[in-house]
Amino acid sequence: MNFGDHVREVHARGALVVQPRMGMADPALMRAGLEAVERADADTVGTITLDSYTRTGDLESVRAALRDGVGLNGYPIVTYPAAVTRGVVAGLAERGFPVQVRHGSARPLHIFGALLDAGLHATEGGPVSYCLPYGRTPLDESVRNWEASCELAAEYAAERGVRPHLETFGGCMLGQLCPPSQLVAISVLEAVFFHGLGIRSLSLSYAQQTDAEQDAEAIRALRALAGQLLPDADWHVVVYAYMGVYPRTVAGANALLAAAARLAVDTGSERLIVKTSVESSRIPTVQHNVDALEYAAAVARDRRRQLAGPDAPPAAPADGTDSQVYREAAALVAAVLDGVGSGGVGGALVGAFKRGLLDVPYCLHPDNAGRSRSYLDEAGRLCWAELGGVPLQGIAPVRPGRRITSGDLTKALCHVQDRFDAVALDRGADRPVGAAEHEILEGKPA
Amino acid sequence: MSGPTNGTAGGAGTVARPAAPLPAQRSAGPVPPRGTVVVSSMASDAHTWNLVFLQLLIEELGFEVVNLGATVPDEMLLAECRERGPALLVLSSVNGHGYHEGLRVIRRLRADADLAGLPVLIGGKLGITGGESAEHIEELLGAGFDAVFDDRPEGIAAFTGLLGRLSERQAHELR
Repeated sequence: MNFGDHVREVHARGALVVQPRMGMADPALMRAGLEAVERADADTVGTITLDSYTRTGDLESVRAALRDGVGLNGYPIVTYPAAVTRGVVAGLAERGFPVQVRHGSARPLHIFGALLDAGLHATEGGPVSYCLPYGRTPLDESVRNWEASCELAAEYAAERGVRPHLETFGGCMLGQLCPPSQLVAISVLEAVFFHGLGIRSLSLSYAQQTDAEQDAEAIRALRALAGQLLPDADWHVVVYAYMGVYPRTVAGANALLAAAARLAVDTGSERLIVKTSVESSRIPTVQHNVDALEYAAAVARDRRRQLAGPDAPPAAPADGTDSQVYREAAALVAAVLDGVGSGGVGGALVGAFKRGLLDVPYCLHPDNAGRSRSYLDEAGRLCWAELGGVPLQGIAPVRPGRRITSGDLTKALCHVQDRFDAVALDRGADRPVGAAEHEILEGKPA
Repeated sequence: MSGPTNGTAGGAGTVARPAAPLPAQRSAGPVPPRGTVVVSSMASDAHTWNLVFLQLLIEELGFEVVNLGATVPDEMLLAECRERGPALLVLSSVNGHGYHEGLRVIRRLRADADLAGLPVLIGGKLGITGGESAEHIEELLGAGFDAVFDDRPEGIAAFTGLLGRLSERQAHELR
């Protein structure tokens, strides 16, 4: 079954799909990891995360590492024969456990070829989100390679009668300190890019940021814009548990994951990608992942029950368009789509970054203008400090210029970590913490 | 060097934070540049918050910073260092390949006639099992690194101390 259909089916019966990030170099260990995730007490889908040499196309280093027995930090799907990967995933999709390949490549054509050869059809990324934050591939080259990759997937689909599924990674952009409206805009624009290349089964990502209310606004804005711009596609929303500097305490990490699970349920999101309780210190084991999946699923179940019960908080407006995040995101999307010419959405994205209409704060990529800045306001909401050329004058409030120091940056980057570790360590004595959060910290979810 | 880092598609996030508050800028007025420091990742590492943090920190210590960004190929790193003649090269790796990549890169730097004498530091999260063995650190130093900072909170304080001494020496040489 198609990845998107599976997620939709789980959502229709009232559950949240939860998914890990997981990649092992050894095929037997990869298979064992997938089976452990499948067995978890949760509605899971599987992940094969690729190693970073494969991501950058340095296949010689993959071969050397495999030959010398040096560890790889993921599954080298391009280097193994397709038969090996088919063995790793054999029978899983057929028994209702679809597997997605996660890679991080700005030039994924070789990866698309390998995963399609192995009979896999679900992957993720995007020409902007896997280019600007992680490397130095020119943006126009990434766009061309992603165009070719999507065309390959669409061709394969036509030949074999399956529908490939693509998830945007645009809701993450550096993991933290990108204003939510720009995350929403890039996620939507990448989905429109995929759609224009013939991909009809899509998911749009949004990564949990610093403020739960602002995040809920952002996800509702994402749904509203996807509804307007992808009317004939099958799409769902995937929430990423916080992608920034993670709490160091187990209780803090769990509280942050619980907040992500509640955010997903509150916003009607269909899928959640979890982080583990050891995120801040090490690469998680399979068991850490299984624990995180089961915990997130339990929190989501409880939240759903709570929302259906007599103590439910007031329901959010069904229409996601009446918010600051929506107004900003809609303006950004419109500004970029205004530039669509013969180069399509891909060309418009390249043009938008060149003109600084999209500009990711603190992104070092040569094709990012680097004139915008962001900061956390007193309440912990993520805001624009400087717009540069981003066309939100009169729409987004900005803070008068003040130089950001390394200390400011550390503080902003560690804001979520500090907040959740403090909640865990002092039980929130000097700060307002919701009753549900207390109970989670005490180990008895509401 | 490791600053705050974020998790990405490929690996776990990590963080090394200063044990003490970061030093403030030395003076309110403009600080005369004390030379150029090249900050760089290595070929396989896509993390950048560590590099942004290091750039701000080193600038605050009075140096001009050329930040080469993420996934820098060896050839580009060598070419940039030859062209710019920096006072110092700071390599930061947090994706778990730092030990192996660091050995490869420092051997190439030390084998290059123009760069054999360049001061080079490396830091971050260098292995994939968490925590550097003393043996790995010795090996990196033996291969030609001038200092190795592992993934502990003391790392940043030691690093700023070392840069302070470097800038004093340079100021002395300029006089």
